[in-house]
Amino acid sequence: MSQIQQDLPVSSLELQNELKGKRLPRWAPWAVAGGAVVLALVLALVGAISGIPLIAVVAGLLFVVGETAWSFRVEGRRHATDRFATTIVYTAFVVAVIPLIAILFSVVQKGMAAFSLDFLTGTMRNINARDAGGGVAHALVGTIEQVAMATVIAVPIGILVAIYLVEFGRGRLATWISFFVDVMTGVPSIVAGLFIFTGLILTFGLERSGFAASLSLVILMLPVVVRTTEEMIKLVPNDLREAAYALGVPKWRTIMSIVLPTAIPGIITGVMLAVARVAGETAPLLLTTFLSQSMNWDLFNGPQAALPTMIWDQIASGTDTALDRAWGAALVLILFVAILYVGARIIAKVYAPKTH
Amino acid sequence: MAKRIDITDLNIHYGAFEAVSGVNLAVEPRSVTALIGPSGCGKSTVLRSLNRMIEVIPNARVDGKVLLDGQDIYGEDVDPVNVRRVIGMVFQRPNPFPTMSIYDNVIAGIKLEKRRSKKADNDDIVERSLRAANLWGEVKDRLGRPGAGLSGGQQQRLCIARAIAVEPQVVLMDEPCSALDPISTLAIEELITQLREEYTIVIVTHNMQQAARISDTTAFFNLSGAGKAGHLIEVGPTQRMFSNPEEKATEDYISGRFG
Repeated sequence: MSQIQQDLPVSSLELQNELKGKRLPRWAPWAVAGGAVVLALVLALVGAISGIPLIAVVAGLLFVVGETAWSFRVEGRRHATDRFATTIVYTAFVVAVIPLIAILFSVVQKGMAAFSLDFLTGTMRNINARDAGGGVAHALVGTIEQVAMATVIAVPIGILVAIYLVEFGRGRLATWISFFVDVMTGVPSIVAGLFIFTGLILTFGLERSGFAASLSLVILMLPVVVRTTEEMIKLVPNDLREAAYALGVPKWRTIMSIVLPTAIPGIITGVMLAVARVAGETAPLLLTTFLSQSMNWDLFNGPQAALPTMIWDQIASGTDTALDRAWGAALVLILFVAILYVGARIIAKVYAPKTH
Repeated sequence: MAKRIDITDLNIHYGAFEAVSGVNLAVEPRSVTALIGPSGCGKSTVLRSLNRMIEVIPNARVDGKVLLDGQDIYGEDVDPVNVRRVIGMVFQRPNPFPTMSIYDNVIAGIKLEKRRSKKADNDDIVERSLRAANLWGEVKDRLGRPGAGLSGGQQQRLCIARAIAVEPQVVLMDEPCSALDPISTLAIEELITQLREEYTIVIVTHNMQQAARISDTTAFFNLSGAGKAGHLIEVGPTQRMFSNPEEKATEDYISGRFG
C-alpha cells in the first residue's frame, strides 16, 4: 500500500483521498442497538419507564437517534439520511409482520387444543355447547362446496369481463363496466348477502341453501377477479399480440393462446386472493344459508354449515369447550386457505413463462 | 412464391393527424426494398399499412390503394387476418412468445391459424424454417427449450423463422437489426440476402449502410416540417440513390448533412 502511495504522483493521492469517504465501522449498528437497549433498561430500572412495549419503543427511538447522529458526524448528511431511511423501512416491516405472526401463533397454539383426527371427521350433531368433542367435517364440506361453486361461477365471468375491458372495451360501455366493478369492490359483504336474501330468497322463493351462499360469495369475488385479471392482461406486452396478428392469427386465438397463457400465473394469484377473501366471509352466509350442526352434502338443499359461521356459532355459545372448537375451526380455515394458496403457487410456477 | 406490391396514392391518418400523404411506390417481387428517412417521416407507418397491421392502432385510417399482384388488400370483403397470412412481418424488437419452446414458436403461426397438422409435417416445417433463418445449427439440440432463453440475435432469427414458417409471399421488416449487435446484424443481413431469392422483402432501416448493402431499391421519405405529413421524396435503384440522387433532400440525408 505504502509502496503504491509513494509511486503515485501527488495529484493522484489527492484524488484517492477525495474518492474515499469516512465510513462507520461494520459493527456500528449493532453497537448502537446494544447501547440503546442497555440505556432503555437502565431507564426502566430507574423507574422512568415501565412495561416491555414502552421499553422496546424507547430503545428503538434511542437507536434511530443514536445511529443517525453518529453517522451524521462521521459520514456526513447523505449517509446519515440513508441509515435513517433504512431503519424506518425495516421498522415498518417488523411492525407490519408482528400482528400477522401473532395471529398465526395464537391460532395455532389455541387451535391445537381441539385439533385431532376426530375433530376433522366429526360433526356437531347432538353435541351441546358444554360437551367435549365434536368436529368441523360438516363445516369444512360446506366451505369447500360453497367456495368451489362461487369460484366456478365467478372466475369465468370475471376473466371474460377483464378480457373485454382490456382487449375490446372502448367508449362508454367499458367506462361504465369499469366504474361498476370499482363500486362492487367496495360493497360490504353483508350487503351482498342481503342482496341475495331479498333479491332471490324473498322475491323468487329460492330456498336457503349452500348455493344461495355461493351466489352471495360470487358478488364478492367478481370484482377482485376482474381487477387482478385486468392488470395481468395489461402487463402482457403489446409486441406479443402484434407478433401473433402478423402471423395471421385471429384476435380470439391470440387472446386464448398468447395473452392468457402469458398472464396465467398472475391470474391464478388473483383468483387465490379472491378465494381467500370469500372463504372467511361470515355475514352473507348467515343471511343465505344460516347454520347447521350436521353434515349436509347437498349444496342445493337445506341449510349448510361453513367454517366461519361455525366459528361464530361456537364463540356465541361461550363455553370453554365451544371456544376450543372455535379456535380449532379457525385453524382449519387458515390451513384450508394456505393449502389452496400453495397449490396455486405450484400451478402458477408450472405455467410461468420460462427462459431456461 | 413472391408477389409484387403496388401502392397508389396512399394517405394514412391517425385521428385528425395526417401521418403520410401521397405515397406511390412499386415493390418488385424477389427483391429487397429499403425504406429510409428521418424519424417520424412515416416509413414504419407505410410498412405497417402493407399488411394491415396499421389497423391494430386505434383511430388509424388508410386511404388509397395497396395492390398485391393486382388485388387490393383494402378492398371490400378482404379479411385482414388473411392478408397477414400472405404478408408476414418481423418487428424491431425480437418478440418470441414467452410461454412457448423454440419449436412451438416456429410452428405457432400454423398451429394457431386453425389447421391440424401432423407431427412429421411440423418437424419438417420447423427444420426448414430454422435452416432458412440460419438458426438450425445453433438450436437443433434444444428445440424444446424456451424461445425467450436465446440471445437477442438468435431471438430475432427465431422470429424470422416463425414469420416464414407460414410461407408468406412477402416479408416486411421494421428495423429488424436496430436492437442487435454488429455480429447479429451481419447474420440477419446475410439472411435477408438469401431470403431475397424466394420472397419479396420490404425493410425499414435507420442504417444507411445497411440499406446500401442489402437492398435493390431504396425509397427515401421525408417530413416537410414538424407535425406535418411524411412524403415519399424519391425512389430508385439503390446504387443510383446512393451515388447520384436526383433530389437535393435525398443527397443531404444520405451524405449525413441532416437527420
